[in-house]
Amino acid sequence: MNVFELISELEKADPEFLDRTNPRRQVFKHLGNTGKKITAAAVPAVFASFFNKAYGQSSTLPAGVQAVLTLALQLEYLEYYFYDTALNTPGLIPSQEVAAIQLIRNDEAGHINSLRGISGFAAPTAPTRANFDYSGGSGSGTGPLAAALTAGGPNANGALFFASAQAFSDTGQRAYKGGAPILNTDATKNILEAALNIHSVEARHNSHFRTVRRAIAASTLGVATAPAVAPYDTAPKSWISGTDNGGPKAPDGSQPAKAVYGAGTPATGTPDASFPADDNTMQAGVNLTSGLGTTYTAAQVSEAFDEPLDAATVKSIARMFVTPTSGLFI
Amino acid sequence: MSTSSSTNEVQSVVSELDKPLLTPIKRRSFFMYAGATAGATALVLAGCSKDDSSPGTIDVGSGDAGILNYAYALEQLEAAFYAQVKSTANGFYTNASAVEKQIFDDLAGHEAIHRDFLKAAISANGFTPLQDLKPDFSSITFTDRTSVLKAAQTFEDTGVAAYNGAGRFITNNAFLALAGKIVSVEARHAALIRDLVTYNSFVGSDIVNTFTQTAGAAPGTGTSSLTPDTNGTGNSGPGQERSKRPAAILSSVNNFLASGSKLSANSFM
Repeated sequence: MNVFELISELEKADPEFLDRTNPRRQVFKHLGNTGKKITAAAVPAVFASFFNKAYGQSSTLPAGVQAVLTLALQLEYLEYYFYDTALNTPGLIPSQEVAAIQLIRNDEAGHINSLRGISGFAAPTAPTRANFDYSGGSGSGTGPLAAALTAGGPNANGALFFASAQAFSDTGQRAYKGGAPILNTDATKNILEAALNIHSVEARHNSHFRTVRRAIAASTLGVATAPAVAPYDTAPKSWISGTDNGGPKAPDGSQPAKAVYGAGTPATGTPDASFPADDNTMQAGVNLTSGLGTTYTAAQVSEAFDEPLDAATVKSIARMFVTPTSGLFI
Repeated sequence: MSTSSSTNEVQSVVSELDKPLLTPIKRRSFFMYAGATAGATALVLAGCSKDDSSPGTIDVGSGDAGILNYAYALEQLEAAFYAQVKSTANGFYTNASAVEKQIFDDLAGHEAIHRDFLKAAISANGFTPLQDLKPDFSSITFTDRTSVLKAAQTFEDTGVAAYNGAGRFITNNAFLALAGKIVSVEARHAALIRDLVTYNSFVGSDIVNTFTQTAGAAPGTGTSSLTPDTNGTGNSGPGQERSKRPAAILSSVNNFLASGSKLSANSFM
């Protein structure tokens, strides 16, 4: 394509064209900066976004980016309605933790606001509370975690609520980690940074849920000083140790969150395209217990890294918590 | 405006610059300016260890190598801090409980693993790791629980903001993925330390742009504590960690690095 002819033609059609983009002298400097790693094939895409800037249209995001943001948004609604429902269920959340759950519910609302506000993101219609089945029963309402949103009984002190909260939050984090490389394009750096900033807040929430579960186990609600108790399914550390023995136990003795701490697909490969279980001790091909010059325990190595999860595995977990007609996590 | 008049304008700017400087200046002034320039250049060169250094600092470098070394530097500092916490003459700070000792054992282990892993990854990819940095922990009282916890909180919160603000500069997605695996662990650390300092401060408006949901309104309706800036240079969005660029991070991190070990990251603005 003849760049100068193209711009000249545009100027004839729209005399204000060059002023819409940059002051005239800087037009070519702008083109030069975007051209750093451009191949010939990519030139039309560069010009597409250049002209979009001129005419105020935000370009639609690539399909891969749309998919990552859609999954993230749906997971945020899953969490939002879970915390919001609990806050509106008298006696469910211990008084020492009401303020924290309000903060967390508000953060999820902020994440929904953040994601919906991303320019070019065709956000799906907002789900309603009725789309979700927090019992883990895929819409039956009678799944193993049904008691997580009822006060008392197996949920005394909110024990099951915090167990589910931990599992949802760990799932969300693994999803954001899995999606980050897809968001890493030249045009979507701001989106990448927003996703990383949401991701770390989820990790903060998760750390607090684990701190509360230790406190519930030790009957010391309201302080962060209760001990973690191996094998960590009930009184976990604030970081995932191995697979936390398969995660929280439901009242029926099952572990519905096992997949949250397990491997995705594929389990091995390059760091950005492999999804090992959380007890992984290999990073970038090196076994870190022995390959770093100092001996480290498998537990500490597994704790030092949180693992991503592929979208398909995340969705298969999340589908247990929505009704069959919700249209979510497809 | 027609093409020809804009072309003439560009041409006229260029031709102005090409004209020789005809305004006479006093000879003494000329030598003063020339001498000052030479002197400044000499000072800069003396302080440089790489291209693009600010005087007296070690620059982390450019490209993915620079970001990996930036992360390596931060992990060096954290690992050194926790190692010193554990080695304090009394064994941790005064009256450290068994639970807190276990926590600090884990923190020390994780950061040492991060440090050693990053150094190995940098070398394995054909880059040169930064030298061993000399910390300056003189502002921390290692026998005092509050001083130690507050320093730990600073290091961890800073680490999270740093990793989140660095992601955009990474081009190799394998490195981005590894950074993602580390940053959430740092955030877990930060949240627990904050809960130990003041319970329920695991998130706060100092490190998160907190959002308040409007009661009864659709989820996501409400107000943020800071006005978000969607250009990626100011405040982060609602409910998000307040990520920071390398320059902002290093200006506070340099307070914990001894003279001769202070850092710059001039390639990442």
